[in-house]
Amino acid sequence: MSVVRERTLRNASATRPRKFALTPTVTVYVALAVLLVVGSVLVALDGGVLLDQGGILNILTRSTVLGLVAVGQTIVIITGSLDLSVAYLVGLSSLVAAETMAGSGTMIVPGVLLALAVAAVVGLVNGLVITVLRANAFIATLGVALVLRGYLEHNYTGPAGSVPRSFQHLGYDRIGPIPVAALLMLLIAAGAWWYLRRTRGGYHMYAVGGDVDVARLSGVRTGRTIVTAHVLCSVAAGLAGVFLAARLGSGAPYVGTDAGYDLESIAAVVLGGAALAGGRGGVVGTVGGVLILATLDTVFDDLAVDPFFKDVVRGIVLIVAVALYARRQLSRRST
Amino acid sequence: MTWRPRLADGTAPVLVVLVVLLVALAFAGPAYAEPAGYLALLKRAAPLMILAIGQYFVVVSGGYDLSVGSLVTAEVVIAARLVDGDDANTSWVIALLLGFGVLVGLVNGLITTKLLVPSFIVTLGVLLVLDGAVFLWTGGAPRGALSPSFRTFGRGGIDVPVLGQVPWSVLILLVVLVAAALFMRGGTGRTLLAVGDNDTAVRLAGGRVDRLRLIAFVLSGLLAALAAILLAGFAGVSAQVGNGLEFRAITAVVLGGVLLGGGRGSVVAAAAGALSLEALFSLLNLLGVSGALESAVQGLIIIAAVAYAARGTGLRRVLQPREPEPVTS
Repeated sequence: MSVVRERTLRNASATRPRKFALTPTVTVYVALAVLLVVGSVLVALDGGVLLDQGGILNILTRSTVLGLVAVGQTIVIITGSLDLSVAYLVGLSSLVAAETMAGSGTMIVPGVLLALAVAAVVGLVNGLVITVLRANAFIATLGVALVLRGYLEHNYTGPAGSVPRSFQHLGYDRIGPIPVAALLMLLIAAGAWWYLRRTRGGYHMYAVGGDVDVARLSGVRTGRTIVTAHVLCSVAAGLAGVFLAARLGSGAPYVGTDAGYDLESIAAVVLGGAALAGGRGGVVGTVGGVLILATLDTVFDDLAVDPFFKDVVRGIVLIVAVALYARRQLSRRST
Repeated sequence: MTWRPRLADGTAPVLVVLVVLLVALAFAGPAYAEPAGYLALLKRAAPLMILAIGQYFVVVSGGYDLSVGSLVTAEVVIAARLVDGDDANTSWVIALLLGFGVLVGLVNGLITTKLLVPSFIVTLGVLLVLDGAVFLWTGGAPRGALSPSFRTFGRGGIDVPVLGQVPWSVLILLVVLVAAALFMRGGTGRTLLAVGDNDTAVRLAGGRVDRLRLIAFVLSGLLAALAAILLAGFAGVSAQVGNGLEFRAITAVVLGGVLLGGGRGSVVAAAAGALSLEALFSLLNLLGVSGALESAVQGLIIIAAVAYAARGTGLRRVLQPREPEPVTS
């Protein structure tokens, strides 16, 4: 009797990510802690310090852009969708922001707003192509990505526009060892967490990602939910672009694709324990995943490891992490 | 109208598009007034078509293979390093390259089926690993050179009485295409299609789902290796040769009316999708559309193609909701 109850309890906790136990979210942070300890030891053996002020600054700065993009990506992946257009969108919004500002301090607010508006429109297009034209999310956002790429390649050959010095504070100011932008990123992540876990709209996203048809039959406006998710994701990517403009001093068309933010953000989200099929995952896990990737990068930099080795490790970490999560849900087979 | 050609559903639109594009090419460029022009087009398209055929096996069984682009780059870089300009090395290097393709396919397939990781993630991870490993091994830039005999497959041809010179790559493509079409008509191919449609049903019916999926990934890896050999001969050695090919192959497959998520579409249509894509690029080139806008046009076309395909299947999808994929309708 007690055995049976224990088993049902365990099953219940395995399907609900917010119980104690070793949920993916907990695993991510345990892994992050282990990585920080192992990294510190390795760097110390090499004669350096990983977590000094510069190290923390490095990890957090690396996390900011990827974190913004990945938080948006989390929302669409939870809804059962996917966004491959974010990398080009990051570049596009950095250009829109920098060109609108054109070095003048009075244009900061219009520049940021315009960049975010452009991003929102791209998200709207993504969402409408998926819901109204019924295109698969993979193809729809890939198509939009290609359109954006064509626009960027046709109109820009290199950096363009410039941001005023006062706006560059966003990119470089910090409180102690913590960059202001990283705090803003965490604030936005917290907002996304609140939206997903505490509001009706957020619950609808989990419902749509879990099963579109059940959600529709339960009275959820599935189309509207998917479009909202895509708009939010694109606005997050737009913010990442604005931050990059502040950091670089101008707009850069390929800043998003050079860093591979499309696949990288998906990797971070999945590393954070979200299911690609949708309905499972969360912002907290994603932030953990982003921090893991950033810490790995920083450790490798401190150890002066060949940059190409990073990709190898990253790929293996991704596969191993998801294989571990998959152990827990052997009953549900996907793709 | 009693006889109708046996086409898998979703095949007809791509064939229409292809014919329209080919006719348009004939009007747009004088080179396409005779067979040689079309043979050149086929030669150019052969690597992508072979990649699309490989991708088809994976997509139709319900997965993605994102690793093919970096696999092509890896194969080309490895080939250049190992052949090192010496004709004596050609044959064993080709064998090794095909073996490497099979190996990568095996890794993809085994992790997907045994560790239950979604294929999207597995092949994304393998993409990162291959990208990093190749450059780690070569130290940043490809070294070595290909031998003339290695490049024959991508560049050379044999003389045929009526057609003039027929490129080797076109012959290889035809062999692959016929073999793939026969494979999909056979029992294994039909079951593979069924796996993409409903793997539970196949498992309950006694089909070996894991082994079928594994076969799909191995075939994709093998064909990517073959495409790399042709592409290396055709275009030479560069570290960017495979960039974006995975998305292009998936685009081609989708353009051929194959449903992402599996279970629907024909392999001939997938190859036709790849040829249409390549014909479209040639046409845009002839019409003087700048290379930069090419990708924008490609984007619009795949959205239109998928939207068109989805309209027809809307009712069917409502009746038979597809569970594991992020299809959102």
